[in-house]
Amino acid sequence: MLLGANGPDSLIWWEWVGGHRDEILDALTQHIQLTVSSVVLGTLIAAPLAFLAMRWRWVYGPILSVGTILYTIPSLAAFVLLIEVMSLETAAILVLTSYTILILVRNIVAGLDSVPEDVKEAARGMGYSPLRQLVRVELPIALPTILAGIRLAVVTVIGLVTVAAIVGEGGLGDLILDGLERDFPTPLMIGAILSVLLAVTFDLALLGVQRLATPWQRKGR
Amino acid sequence: MSFLGDVLQYIADNWSGNNGILDRSIGHLELSFWSLAIALLITLPPAVTLGHVRRGGNVAINVANIGRALPSFAILVLAYQLTDRIGAVPAIIALVALAVPPIFTNTYVGLSQVDPELREAARGMGMSGRQLLRRVELPIAMPLIMAGIRTAAVQVVATATLAILIGWAETPGYYIVVGLSLGNNVQVFAGALVVVVLALGVELLLAGTQRLVVSKGLRRSRGPRWTIEEDLESEVPATEPVPA
Repeated sequence: MLLGANGPDSLIWWEWVGGHRDEILDALTQHIQLTVSSVVLGTLIAAPLAFLAMRWRWVYGPILSVGTILYTIPSLAAFVLLIEVMSLETAAILVLTSYTILILVRNIVAGLDSVPEDVKEAARGMGYSPLRQLVRVELPIALPTILAGIRLAVVTVIGLVTVAAIVGEGGLGDLILDGLERDFPTPLMIGAILSVLLAVTFDLALLGVQRLATPWQRKGR
Repeated sequence: MSFLGDVLQYIADNWSGNNGILDRSIGHLELSFWSLAIALLITLPPAVTLGHVRRGGNVAINVANIGRALPSFAILVLAYQLTDRIGAVPAIIALVALAVPPIFTNTYVGLSQVDPELREAARGMGMSGRQLLRRVELPIAMPLIMAGIRTAAVQVVATATLAILIGWAETPGYYIVVGLSLGNNVQVFAGALVVVVLALGVELLLAGTQRLVVSKGLRRSRGPRWTIEEDLESEVPATEPVPA
């Protein structure tokens, strides 16, 4: 079906793919842009929230509760509820970003929490200022957990962007919808397969970064 | 009348009757229920067995990673295209595929992380393997198992909204998609509101179930329902809730 005799009815009609290379690349680029900007924005919001939660523990409970409720809301509903009051692109970024915040806050807090008290004390004893201690000691130790959070956030957003296509802002999701509407398998398959591949690629790439950034974590040495 | 008033009016007008909001909500819940039930049926036996004998940690890691990376909408349309059918069959296939990973991983992790000393104590009291599983391991693992089921349920209920696009019209997602194509904002908003209520309702129901099935001694008074720390020994992190 994939190779054999190839035509408009095939699952993937390679001739169409060749002729629409630019369109596919544009969708892919938009998908990546939406993903990266949402996760970067999410990190910028999550980091101060996490530090706040570290400083005042009671803040953490409410953050988690709000996040849990937010996560229960299907993304399609979230997108359409917001496009009533703002532009498409803003709504898409806002929803995608807010879905990353909880993942990121939780992992930053968990990472900082995992720093042993002795280590912090040693750093203080060596005369580290709180900021220096955070940057030079705590963040490196917390890094694997924080990167795991970023990985999860990226993969999650890649999936959600395809849903945003239904409201008209969806990278590869646009191809999927195009295929659904015209009952034409090729763009549907290309959009779906590329979004799965994109998620898997980012997942593995960030796993690689995680490994490279924390050589001391490797086992069996 | 205000926009919100129009929306509520729309919901009231279309509530009952054939293919009304109530009908479609029930259809949505039915689809979600059967998908979750099938996923539990095919996932729990192997996950419980592997967790009990503490083998197959790598399988659990891989299932967790693959599951997380699967975009729900893509899975839905792939199921539709590859089965060449519309409606319940591809929808259930896709929803089951989404529900399996969190259930599998959390069940495996929950069981395999039971303190070895507890297992030994139970053995010392003369428990058989089956008794150990039923009376010690499963109760201790229950919070994580339930967390996995809740994560799966939230994903299934959210994704079932999209099943309208592959021909399962028995969902309030119908109002969203039809409303969008007609430019009828009231209809879109009404559909979204119903979907949100359904999702929150299912989450609440499962939270209540969790309180019933988790032993009192294990109940935490507050705090998150999932574990955050990665267990370094098993290297399989429990699944975290993911929006869909």
